[in-house]
Amino acid sequence: MTESTRLRSRHLINNIMLGTTGVFTVFIASVLLFILGYLFFNGARNLSFSFFTELPKSTGETGGGMANAIVGSAKILGMATLIGVPVGFLGGVYLAEYGNKSFAFIVRYVTDLLNGVPSIVIGIFAYTLIVMKVKHFSALAGGMALGLMMIPIAVRSTEEFLRAVPNGLREGALALGTPKWRALATVVIPAAKDGIITGIMLNLARVAGETAPLLFTALNNRYWSPGINQPTSTLPVMIYTYALSPYDDWHQQAWAAGFVLLMLILAINVTARMILNRSRFSGGR
Amino acid sequence: MSAPMEAQERLEIRASESVTTSAPKPDLFAPGVEDKMKVTGMNFFYGKAQALYDISIRLPTNHVTAFIGPSGCGKSTFLRTLNRMCDTVKGTRIEGDVRLDGEDVFSLDVTSVRRRVGMVFQRSNPFPKSIFDNVAYGLRVNGGLSRAQVAEHVERSLVRSALWDEVKHKLHESAYGLSGGQQQRLCIARALAVDPEVLQLDEPCSALDPISTAKIEELLLVLANSCTIVIVTHNMQQAARVSDYTGFFLMGKLIEFDKTEQIFQAPSRKETEDYVTGRFG
Repeated sequence: MTESTRLRSRHLINNIMLGTTGVFTVFIASVLLFILGYLFFNGARNLSFSFFTELPKSTGETGGGMANAIVGSAKILGMATLIGVPVGFLGGVYLAEYGNKSFAFIVRYVTDLLNGVPSIVIGIFAYTLIVMKVKHFSALAGGMALGLMMIPIAVRSTEEFLRAVPNGLREGALALGTPKWRALATVVIPAAKDGIITGIMLNLARVAGETAPLLFTALNNRYWSPGINQPTSTLPVMIYTYALSPYDDWHQQAWAAGFVLLMLILAINVTARMILNRSRFSGGR
Repeated sequence: MSAPMEAQERLEIRASESVTTSAPKPDLFAPGVEDKMKVTGMNFFYGKAQALYDISIRLPTNHVTAFIGPSGCGKSTFLRTLNRMCDTVKGTRIEGDVRLDGEDVFSLDVTSVRRRVGMVFQRSNPFPKSIFDNVAYGLRVNGGLSRAQVAEHVERSLVRSALWDEVKHKLHESAYGLSGGQQQRLCIARALAVDPEVLQLDEPCSALDPISTAKIEELLLVLANSCTIVIVTHNMQQAARVSDYTGFFLMGKLIEFDKTEQIFQAPSRKETEDYVTGRFG
């Protein structure tokens, strides 16, 4: 083989590889765009103002909305955050700042395992622990299930962002005679704050779409469910219920609900990225 | 018959070689100058690796002491043992005696040791806070001051670190907006705010331009009136310019410690002479 033919074959191989990876990249992007477009087309078309303000109508009646599911989702996500974030955050602080080698290794390993537990298994756990005990479905059980799911990622993202804080800041604070807890609370954690908040928001966006663990914890409700001790409607479970129903207008409502849920998750994601970018351009080195 | 004799001789030669740490001269300091810190027989280990060997030294009150030596010779490690910053690294071990005004630093509370022995690092490390809050940080940690007193201390520290005129109109802006030299002087101001008795600087000018370096050197000469200064530097001219006493470290040992003129003009050890004349390191 001469030099020029070898060069030509190398160019050819390069072009084939580039072409192949390009085709698959376009494929992946188009799948996402297709889902988004389809959901937008079907969802936005069926979305009306009453969707946000009214309760579901009973079968046969047209119209109605999912106001209770929107409030229910917000309530359950709020509870999940209250349960999952403090545990995850403090665990992450421990791993990044205090953990000794072997124990921290175990904690990290267990956290990764917990992250891999299927959401439906988490649901069974919450069902057994709360629903079976109190003998009814409740928002609290749903919040607890989602909160548990938030813990592993909250731990790991907090740990990662704390580790990214330059050691010079820790030493600078300690060298002034600051006790360690105070250096953490006033210098290290504030320096990692934007990253930690972003991690929590992405975490929240992730569990916002969870359906399986809610099916037998929060269940569903066609009416308002005040407090945290009643079966509570959420957007994902509503989508599930309505999409499986035999009624056409329910299907349309399910599309609308899917669209709203997606927009909600998208909004959380975009806000989170913006917070992280802002902190990259101003502050931390 | 001659074999044991030879062995004996060899042993003596080796012993004299291994005593690389020169004994502190008793009459080194002028009369009336007290020891601010006194280290006796210090050995320091990172895990199993020994980083410092049998260091004994006295640091004179309100004077500038410089430490020179090639990279990795233990100068910075030595500094970090004086304010117990070495405690923060896992797996380290220290032997020997370190005294601050005659008190054993290992029996004192670590936060009080670090407040009394301040430290400025090689890379400036301002907190992601405003200029004012950076300087006020140590004051607030220690507590017990009114807002007005804190503001007063902040101003005084910034004046002492020769930064006040450059930042007085933007005290509440982020410290990250300052230049490298200003950031380093801010770190000095932050360390000075808590009125340390000893101020340690670990290559404070290594990332700075000559103008900023000159400012910091002037500053050290003034500070030495009220504070014991310890500076690690790679720049021998700097050591010669700012320090009263100089110690030369080599491979974890304090080879020689003497008046700065003595070290640079007539060192008593060959290693020191080789180093300060640039023959190695």
